[in-house]
Amino acid sequence: MAVMTYREALNLALREEMHRDPRVFVMGEEVGLYDGAYKVTQGLLKEFGDKRIVDTPICESGFTGVGIGAAMLGLRPVIEMMTFNFSILALDQIINSAAKMLYMSGGQYNIPIVIRGPGGPAAQLAAQHSQSMEVYFYHVPGLKVVRPSTPADAKGLLKSAIRDENPVIFIEAETLYAVKGEVPEDPEYTIPLGQAVIRREGTDVTVVAYMGMMYRALEVADELAKDGISMEIVDPRTLRPMDTETIIGSVRKTHRAVVLEAGAGFAGMGSEISAFITENAFDDLDAPVVRVTGENAPMPYARNLELLKTPSKAKIAGAIRGVCNA
Amino acid sequence: MAQTRTAVPASRLDAELARRLMGQMLLVRRFEEKAAEMYALGKIGGFLHLYIGQEAVAVGASSAIRPDDYAIASYREHGQCLAKGSDPRRVMAELFGRRDGLSKGKGGSMHLFDKSVNFLGGHAIVGAHLPLAAGAAFAIKYQGGDQVVVCYFGDGAVPEGEFHESMNLAALWKLPVIYLCENNRYAMGTAIHRALAQTEIWRFAETYGIPGEAVDGMDVLAVRECVGRAVERARRDKTPTLIEVRTYRFRGHSMRDPAGAVYRTKEEVEREKQRDPIQVFTDKCLKEGVLTEAEIKAMEKSAYDLVDEAVAFAESSPEPPPEWLFTDVYKD
Repeated sequence: MAVMTYREALNLALREEMHRDPRVFVMGEEVGLYDGAYKVTQGLLKEFGDKRIVDTPICESGFTGVGIGAAMLGLRPVIEMMTFNFSILALDQIINSAAKMLYMSGGQYNIPIVIRGPGGPAAQLAAQHSQSMEVYFYHVPGLKVVRPSTPADAKGLLKSAIRDENPVIFIEAETLYAVKGEVPEDPEYTIPLGQAVIRREGTDVTVVAYMGMMYRALEVADELAKDGISMEIVDPRTLRPMDTETIIGSVRKTHRAVVLEAGAGFAGMGSEISAFITENAFDDLDAPVVRVTGENAPMPYARNLELLKTPSKAKIAGAIRGVCNA
Repeated sequence: MAQTRTAVPASRLDAELARRLMGQMLLVRRFEEKAAEMYALGKIGGFLHLYIGQEAVAVGASSAIRPDDYAIASYREHGQCLAKGSDPRRVMAELFGRRDGLSKGKGGSMHLFDKSVNFLGGHAIVGAHLPLAAGAAFAIKYQGGDQVVVCYFGDGAVPEGEFHESMNLAALWKLPVIYLCENNRYAMGTAIHRALAQTEIWRFAETYGIPGEAVDGMDVLAVRECVGRAVERARRDKTPTLIEVRTYRFRGHSMRDPAGAVYRTKEEVEREKQRDPIQVFTDKCLKEGVLTEAEIKAMEKSAYDLVDEAVAFAESSPEPPPEWLFTDVYKD
């Protein structure tokens, strides 16, 4: 084990996989000479050269398509979105080309590509740079979607994503890049996609949360423990395929569920999670599933309004108390 | 109309080459006529975009590349797929939505893929496969190979951003790709002068600092020679080329628009049919004495037989089983 930041864990995963497999290359805006807009690719150009660390002009659709075409011929591209908000420019390539190629070709062409970069609420980046982009992807059959919350997960899941035979959407977070944690140094350390983890064991209520919301839930859990409420926190880690078993297993134990989501709630991840909990564990529930989500508004710039947009600790704590008292 | 910009000596037309080109053009023509019939009978569903009138493009271009080179195309791709070497029986079975189709019946007319002949597919979002072609060329270069990629697309893709992004990347990174624009003058029903500020499509090459050529798409040998020059440049020093092949589709955009009569005049269509690429090539072969009328008749018969066989094969192929709905979504 070594203590490192989330950013360093991602960097390590990239380096290890590039050493392991010559087919792996990194492509994106400012990934090389600039060392990465958020320094995730720091030092890689020096170590691997410009054949494998490829700076692109600003053309998200173009270079994402290049990655997909290269994957058709057997390479394993890691495409960086400087922020995942820019992936909207490449949505057609991701959804119509990458996700459907295996199916449309009757199994002939799989697309082993990773598209990665930061997304979600950050710090006063305003409406176009703060979106929880996973919603645009987890709906699509053929894609896998990962949101890694910790440095160890960042490493283990990115390595699995690179080794996967399918297109993987891997959305990090600006706000987590500096988070430190213990990370296994074993170059064979991987975490299977589609496996949730219980971050904190508890008995009274299951709280499903990932990324920033997961950390907020951990803080709320300490607070509510003082009042005798025992929260179990489940982090799905992979949103598609989702480990519904672990979530439902937890709900069967606690009989209550609260789903947290940073993004706007309408038709969001929380909708899907509460739907499958209700469909599969209705008889186990002592209270309706509650969602605590971002407000249905674009992300404002003003700090006070920004704070109102994403679920606060107080709002989360209030919802959990409400469910537990029901 | 169009002429090649660079004067090159015409390649010697020997009987073997003539037979190959004529045979393929006749096969594609007959295949498409039959597909239209099968569509009318309800054997083929969805959208069906015929290649009739444009046969010289795919046949000429395919004759200038090696089997291990790659081709990728839009949704009007039956001709390119057949010319790359796919089995007409499996192409027809795909159109029928049957299990022995190239894509197991899951792709249909617009999504023919054939890994066995390096055909990277038919893609039905206009412009989207141009970056894929650059990516395939990127992979060839990355792996140290000497293959090339031929990317077919229509004039309708030229206003798309992805055309310009791809041209820029291919030129910037020196990728072995040939962007072959089949200018049939209409993007669905929109005439080229209503869609492009620059209607001389080959001129976009100048913007990106790469070779550009326009060529008569009704002349299979001219297409072959023009693509041959581009292939040579791509193989030798990874130089991409933009080729504008001036062609014409005799039928409508799709079977929903069988005559293509709303946006163009009958006189125009009739005039263009006078330059039918098969007739143009027939006249040339007869004039030069490389093929006889009897030989051409026999080749027509053979194309009919191959297509009848393809239909029989498609008819007898079972529907894909229900469980295939869920296969090929993810690869293990």
